Amino acid sequence: MADVAVHADHGSGHGHHSSTGLSNNKLAMWLFLGSECLLFGGLISTYMLYRGRVSDGPHPSAIYDIPFTSVSSFVLLMSSLTMVLAVTAAQRNDDSKTNLWLTVTALLGSTFIGGQVYEFTAFYREGLGFTTSLFGSSFYTLTGFHGVHVSVGVILLLSTMGIIRKNRITGNKAEVVEMVGLYWHFVDIVWIVIFTLVYLIPA
Amino acid sequence: MAIIERPSTAPAVPAVATPSSSLGALKRPMMETGWKSWLFTVDHKKIGIMYGAVAMFFFIVGGVEALLIRLQLAMPNGKILNADVYNQMFTMHATTMVFLFAMPMAAAFANYFLPLQIGARDVAFPRLNALSLWLLVIGGVVLNLAWFLGGAADGGWFMYAPNSGPVFSPSNGVDFWTIGLQIAGIASLIGSINLIVTVLNMRAPGMTFMKMPVFTWMILVVQFLLVFSLPVITVALVLLMFQREFGATFFDAAAGGDPLLWQHLFWIFGHPEVYVLILPGFGIISEVLPTFARKPLFGYPFVVFSGASIGLVGFGVWAHHMFATGLGPVSVAVFSIATMAIAIPTGVKIFNWLLTMWGGKIWYTTAMKFAIGLVLLFTVGGLSGVTHSVAPSDTQQTDTYYIVAHFHYVLFGGMVFGLFAGFYYWWPKVFGRLLNEKLGSWNFWLMFFGMNLTFGPMHILGLQGQPRRMYIWTDARAGEGFFNLAFWNMVASIGSFVLTTGVLMFLINVVYTWRKGPKAGADPWDARTLEWLTTNPPKPHNFDRIPVVHHLDEFFHRKYEEDTATHTMRRIADGADLVRAEEAAADSDIHLPGPSYWPLVLALGIGVLGLGTIYGIPVMVVGAAVILLGSFGWVLEPSVPADSEIDPPSVDGPTKEIAPLG
Repeated sequence: MADVAVHADHGSGHGHHSSTGLSNNKLAMWLFLGSECLLFGGLISTYMLYRGRVSDGPHPSAIYDIPFTSVSSFVLLMSSLTMVLAVTAAQRNDDSKTNLWLTVTALLGSTFIGGQVYEFTAFYREGLGFTTSLFGSSFYTLTGFHGVHVSVGVILLLSTMGIIRKNRITGNKAEVVEMVGLYWHFVDIVWIVIFTLVYLIPA
Repeated sequence: MAIIERPSTAPAVPAVATPSSSLGALKRPMMETGWKSWLFTVDHKKIGIMYGAVAMFFFIVGGVEALLIRLQLAMPNGKILNADVYNQMFTMHATTMVFLFAMPMAAAFANYFLPLQIGARDVAFPRLNALSLWLLVIGGVVLNLAWFLGGAADGGWFMYAPNSGPVFSPSNGVDFWTIGLQIAGIASLIGSINLIVTVLNMRAPGMTFMKMPVFTWMILVVQFLLVFSLPVITVALVLLMFQREFGATFFDAAAGGDPLLWQHLFWIFGHPEVYVLILPGFGIISEVLPTFARKPLFGYPFVVFSGASIGLVGFGVWAHHMFATGLGPVSVAVFSIATMAIAIPTGVKIFNWLLTMWGGKIWYTTAMKFAIGLVLLFTVGGLSGVTHSVAPSDTQQTDTYYIVAHFHYVLFGGMVFGLFAGFYYWWPKVFGRLLNEKLGSWNFWLMFFGMNLTFGPMHILGLQGQPRRMYIWTDARAGEGFFNLAFWNMVASIGSFVLTTGVLMFLINVVYTWRKGPKAGADPWDARTLEWLTTNPPKPHNFDRIPVVHHLDEFFHRKYEEDTATHTMRRIADGADLVRAEEAAADSDIHLPGPSYWPLVLALGIGVLGLGTIYGIPVMVVGAAVILLGSFGWVLEPSVPADSEIDPPSVDGPTKEIAPLG
């Protein structure tokens, strides 16, 4: 009896047995992102505590280039739009469009990273090193952590594209793209918080 | 990455099985026996047993460290350890016991029994489960490597600044400590996500949340605590690492940093961690007490929700570890009251356990003795905990042996006794043999008396003002009369050896049982929950068919029926018969997730990357390359083997065994 009931639940040959009806992968990704919120929460708190502590070197207001960072923030936000297009293309099972939008998303993400590298070098030239002041240490730690997250996202995007091209994907293709998308949107949303708290609100 | 049940595809299966290979090189390791079947396994039961073995090893390591501490303090002017080694000893004792014994042992129980209790065939992500185990092993190795490479961490287990800085900790010990804990933290984070998804998504049909066993509930609460507290300690560890390796000054007061930032970050993790340690023990005895009192758990919903509220409030009390830092009256008042409030759900649980035993036909097995021991000793520890919530009193007790007494009563008397109750209760489930009850009785009584002899006097020592981390005391300062330090230090040291003898009895019992122990029947304890609805030990696929659940304590309700006239329970079936009935109705062609090299490869890569932060960029690059390779291998390998990778099912009727390659 039980056997019959179990199989009746899924109908198809490879259905998952899921008590909530949600996919295991997505549930795990949401939990991971919930945990990441506290990681960034801790880093942002550290920055907020230390942003005014400038024993040496430039003060935040002296080096932030708001127009430049606004542009790179806009680029990152647009990458969320292209990510959504990639996910819908994957759900329509349109491989070429999926790959196209994944590539565009990765390019926009790389542009943001390029902007961050430029910004870090500019700040360094203006006298803000990692150990110059507590402000410097906490600024580079926070934005650096975010940058690493974006870079990992770019690697995920390119790998997903490569694996789809080679047709080596294991599991549900649309779901894989959607999972990468969830991560990508999270990284974008965190940047909105960082941009507001770090750059826009004066120390 | 889920366990998949497919209707039989027998006619299409080729005659010769060919394992798949990802990255073209490594073929899937389908061995069924031998060391490779353990090293590359993704079976939650084997992983659970390995977690248990690793945790037991570190329990012995941490225990030896504790004995050395007690030897040093037994007499005035102790000469066993010098001040430096003593600092390393208590730091590593605490770190080992918390992160390498208590958490992994709870993970061992969770891994093994959680899928069995909810009627699942494995956890949601079997390969991630293996990755958690190997990361824990590597984290433990990295932590202890420091002993051989210039000295272990020596700043105390909560590693306050400035002790964590280069002035007071010049060796690499603290560096290994930050790396080791970060790796162990990743292991716990992955494990907790895995177990939450397993509980939420893989319950057997009919098992609603309020029909879940209490052990499963408590483990679920613990995993939520871990998911949201581990990232905070990760931040603290990363900041400390950047301070030590790259010259930042986050916790350096002289450079304008805030040592209190570390304390806040540490305890925002550290206090939920306390409940991470104790709740599994609560879960275990909530299974053991009803079984051996032969009554259902009194007030199941109250036990469940008080467990959940302990978890929730546990996030809001961290600053009671910091009363002595001068937080200000408002913070102190708020955290005092929140801390007192946590005693309420804990008290509710104690009364539920008492009322579970009240009027029951108590069967005094060793498991039951340990469970009752927990209720007793945890109450003592809980009450001294309430005295800490009173800030003025806590200010006096901070960093004295009174604190040491308190947390050993809750952690040793609470958690460890819970784990030992679990050993005796579930040993026949895991190994098919009953642990010896006579040795068990020795084990319990020696541990019970030993533990009270060791930690009881510490209340007195602490109230007399013996500081928590002093490495030496002198006769001149020991005082006189009944409360003199000399006498009670000696009692505590003797107690620690009694305690050790008790633990040795357990190890002897394990060896004896392994060689001569009687085979356990299907249901030796007349148990109540689903994990007993399968053979002892369970088959690789756990359940021959997925059970359909109608009741809380499903297994009990399949054995007993209420006599409506007298309102008593009447036995209608035998546990062994129920298991045989399941075997007769087995599902056909059950596909289980396949073994894999990649969890081990990935874990090694993360270990090398971590060591690279100490040994330089080239080592980091090697680590990162191995991680990248491991990730691709992982992603390209299907988690469930294709039909072609498995020997074809037998033609006559349904296959009951999975048939991996020979």
